Amino acid sequence: MASIASAFSRPKYPVGIWNWATTIDHKKIGALYGITAFIFFLIGGLEALIMRAQLARPEHAMVTPEVFSQLFTMHALTMIFLGVMPLSAAFFNLIVPLMIGARDVAFPRLNAFSYWVYLFGAILLQSGWLLGGSPNSGWFAYAPLTATSFSPGSGMEFYAVGLGVLGVSSLAAAFNFIVTIINMRAPGMTLMRMPVFIWMTLITSFLLVTAFPVITVGLVELYFDRVFDFNFFNTQAGADPILWQHLFWVFGHPEVYILILPAMGIVSEVLPTFSKKPLFGYPVVVLSGITIGFMGWAVWSHHMFTVGMGPVTNSVFALTTMFIAVPTGVKIFNWIATMWGGSISMTTSMLFSIGFIFMFIIGGLSGVMHSIAPSDAQQQDTYFIVAHLHYVLFGGSILAVFSGIYYWFPKATGKLLNESIGKIHFWLTIVGFNIAFFPMHFLGMDGMPRRQATYAADMGWDLWNMVSTIGAFMIALSTLVFMHNFFRSLKKGEPSGGDPWDGRTLEWAIPSPPPEYNFVTIPTVTARDHFWEEKQLNINTPSDALEEEDGHGIHMPSPSYIPLVTALGLAVFGYGLIYSFAMAGVGAFVTVVGIYAWAMEPATAPED
Amino acid sequence: MFTNRLVKLIVPITLLCVLGISSLIGCTPDHPMSTFDAKGPVAERQLSLFMMILWIATAVFVVVGGGLLYTIIRFRDKGDGFKPEQTHGNTKLEITWTVIPSIMLAVVAVPTVISQFYISSPPDGEDIRINVDANQWWWEIEYPESGVVTANEIHVPVGKAVGVYLTSPDVLHSFWVPKLAGKMDIVPGKTTYMWFQADEVGNYHGQCAEFCGESHAYMRFRVIVDTEEDFAIWQQSQLADAKTPDSDQEKQGATLFITKGCIACHSIKGVPAAAGIIGPDLTHVGSRGTLAAGIMDMTEQNLSDWLEDPNKSKPGNIMSKQGIAYTNEAMALTSGDISNLVAYLRALK
Amino acid sequence: MEHKEEHTTTTGIDNRKMMIWVFLGSECMFFGSLIATYLIYFGRSLSGPGLEILDIPTTSVSTFVLLMSSFMMVMAYSSIAKGDVKKFRVWIMCTAILGATFLGFQYYEFTEFAHHYHLTPQTNLFGTTFFTLTGFHGAHVTVGVIWLITLFGYSFYRKEDLIRDDALNVDFLALYWHFVDVVWIVIFTVVYLIGVRAAGVG
Repeated sequence: MASIASAFSRPKYPVGIWNWATTIDHKKIGALYGITAFIFFLIGGLEALIMRAQLARPEHAMVTPEVFSQLFTMHALTMIFLGVMPLSAAFFNLIVPLMIGARDVAFPRLNAFSYWVYLFGAILLQSGWLLGGSPNSGWFAYAPLTATSFSPGSGMEFYAVGLGVLGVSSLAAAFNFIVTIINMRAPGMTLMRMPVFIWMTLITSFLLVTAFPVITVGLVELYFDRVFDFNFFNTQAGADPILWQHLFWVFGHPEVYILILPAMGIVSEVLPTFSKKPLFGYPVVVLSGITIGFMGWAVWSHHMFTVGMGPVTNSVFALTTMFIAVPTGVKIFNWIATMWGGSISMTTSMLFSIGFIFMFIIGGLSGVMHSIAPSDAQQQDTYFIVAHLHYVLFGGSILAVFSGIYYWFPKATGKLLNESIGKIHFWLTIVGFNIAFFPMHFLGMDGMPRRQATYAADMGWDLWNMVSTIGAFMIALSTLVFMHNFFRSLKKGEPSGGDPWDGRTLEWAIPSPPPEYNFVTIPTVTARDHFWEEKQLNINTPSDALEEEDGHGIHMPSPSYIPLVTALGLAVFGYGLIYSFAMAGVGAFVTVVGIYAWAMEPATAPED
Repeated sequence: MFTNRLVKLIVPITLLCVLGISSLIGCTPDHPMSTFDAKGPVAERQLSLFMMILWIATAVFVVVGGGLLYTIIRFRDKGDGFKPEQTHGNTKLEITWTVIPSIMLAVVAVPTVISQFYISSPPDGEDIRINVDANQWWWEIEYPESGVVTANEIHVPVGKAVGVYLTSPDVLHSFWVPKLAGKMDIVPGKTTYMWFQADEVGNYHGQCAEFCGESHAYMRFRVIVDTEEDFAIWQQSQLADAKTPDSDQEKQGATLFITKGCIACHSIKGVPAAAGIIGPDLTHVGSRGTLAAGIMDMTEQNLSDWLEDPNKSKPGNIMSKQGIAYTNEAMALTSGDISNLVAYLRALK
Repeated sequence: MEHKEEHTTTTGIDNRKMMIWVFLGSECMFFGSLIATYLIYFGRSLSGPGLEILDIPTTSVSTFVLLMSSFMMVMAYSSIAKGDVKKFRVWIMCTAILGATFLGFQYYEFTEFAHHYHLTPQTNLFGTTFFTLTGFHGAHVTVGVIWLITLFGYSFYRKEDLIRDDALNVDFLALYWHFVDVVWIVIFTVVYLIGVRAAGVG
């Protein structure tokens, strides 16, 4: 046995593509997540631009309704699962160990595995475009439209299998971060001394662990119905299509909190740093996050106000939905109070965080409007909802992501992103975003339903659709500006040093970029914002000086082929579920071999 | 330049202007599907709830957004090396801004729940019942009390509570006439219910509002609100058998209707051979204002275009996929066929 | 070179132990959703066989077999924690055999339903939900049996891995195995015992 294992030696690639393919370093994995997610963000954006071009004019036939339905389905799937969630994962990976004073996550190979499964799952989901049809029944895939009789072809198998594979990635990552945060904090870092970003990561991870199994069951049921003729959503056999909606939204609502809590975590770090004040009401902000995590399970049927659940059920969910606005509002007030009395530097990162608050106020308020179930009967399935969701997901999550990128890019690369270009990026984004999405409130109240490939000319919807399309292209332009800033700064950005922002949390106490082992000595934490407190007392060694010490004797986990191989097996298994059970068998076999090899391979190679 | 007083004034004024202008331009009740033009008690109730929350939300936005803007202007870094006090929190403030929103929401909750019950069933019972069977991608309407069967165009008498019983043999749809009431989804395997009442005579636009497949964007309908007398007249005429063809053109059309396979899907009362149930009942199709599920006005040209190439007007529709005139080259309609059929169908008033 | 610091965890619990508990939490949600689907469709089949075909006596035996296997698992863990590899091998093999026996019973039940009563997942809502729920449970048992046999193999070739850290590796399997057993107890109670009573066919 031992001889077989040693026949496969551990990878030792100091640089190059194989270094990245076998890495188990959280910082590199974070970079992989970030780059990959941004590419998919661009693809999702392209899908949006095509739709907006189609809708700019009434009775336009730029794309067929079939293609349009694939576009709106894939746009949502791409942005949510291949864009925003992995962008959050990029931050979790890069920042969590640094912020809690750890050398890596609890399970570095599992971490790499999560990334590779994400990449392969993403490719699988997108490959529908090239392989005869993407999923076309909306990202919410309501039954019975998803039955084989109404949606022939393999599009919906790509949906079920693709999301299932991506679920494995999310679950694995969630397990990793829960254990890391609970179990690998630096000595002295109690739960109430953890940065808010860490808290939000923890809550998000718990939501992932509990919500993804529910959608997995739904996907399994959908797959079995389509491939094996089961009856889960077969109305001829007496099934209830609303079962799918319940399963989907019991997952779906916690999912939107999964999308926004990390963003709120980022903003909760950026605002104090650039206000030179601690976060106002830290315990309350943490408690609000926890409350939102719990209450998020009690509101799902507000997505179903118009399916005929009855006035009692509608009223209950209207009330729970209304009240979840309270902890959200509390956070916003605490953020404003953080800035009050401070000394605010309007860096690009800060601008994006402030923009987040503004946009989230609007998105949150339109959300409260939806919670009023009787009025929602007019708003549901219209552009009013499209407006709301983009205000919270783009105006919320994406703006916060950009804030985080401008904030932590120096930590990851040792260089600053350019501030002048950054400000252009910010203003183009926020103006373009509002031009694109604010008019959608009008369109919704004016009766324009969503998910329609075109609309009649005499509806009066022409003007705002055209305006919205212009805004969409402005967003595209702003994204190009960002990409220019990114690549330019990678090449010749100003060196940042370890602590460019006079930061408060532990990640700023080490060099930029951090050494492989992160900390030479794990610090002992004595307070919240420990690093800031030490700076005030002049007792912290400036991080750049630390570069002179070396990390001799620090044993880090060793790189491994196994996460990549096992993930590949899972991907082949996935394609097999769509095309051929023999292929699925091969994939499963590779996965199982990978798991055995994983179990027998030590985390750190003996020679390291 | 940015004195605190100036900022205190400018900020809320700017916000109010922006909001004021946008509400003015956003509010277009004259548009056919506008929810701001409520013409019945259900839609009115829903609109008044919306207006209430809109005002509250606007006030919240002005106060909170204004506070945010004020904060970032007043406390911006003035480059003077100012070191802010490291305040950690304030319990009184936390309680205040938790309790006040909760109270506001509790207040809003009351009319919400009351209205939810109001819109769920007519307070004084139904005056008239219609069964709507939603198909991909057209609407079958049945009046069980009178026996009228029609498609895509609903007639109701003004000022009467209409109970709508919604079913579908295929996928999810949603029945929505914004000026009369919010929508109700249609779920295969069960019957969902909503009611509305139209208080003004007129022609109201409706659309399917739940993604139902390729032609979802083309699944529309109309609700024609008549006076009671006009409604009675309409009902009578709908119950009658189809008008027999007069002119030669119409007679040719009637024959083509059978020989070109239209009868496989469509019914015409009074023509025994025409008993198809897959597509809309065409007994009185000529009396309808629109065709192909509300997507075009019933004109000679539109009907011609529709018969020539249904897929052009309504991509994905079933007629072009199943009608033998469209699937079988040998059975294709010539332009002469089309004029005859148009004449026949338009005469079916 | 010396290690610069010890590898202790903040809570004192091993990372892998914590992870398996979190994993089992996700499994609760998974089985919970399957059970919810079953309950929602309870009694709503339009035609075809229903709960009357369930064989409570036989299934009680198989349930007992599975419960006994959990006991064997406890004994296996206890042996290896004391370092007694020989006893461990016996107990772990017994656990695997009983687990496989349970699967055998399930195979028998499935084939009886399909061939004798003409109930397949395609037949009606009961078939769909019953086979999916119990099938996924059976799949979990199968994974467990393979894991058990693997650790049996370890006892010959990788003894140190079994004994290390208070037999942590065996502890994981034990947790998983007991969890699968508990899920079965819930399924047996809800589907077989309560279900048959509620349907009035017991």
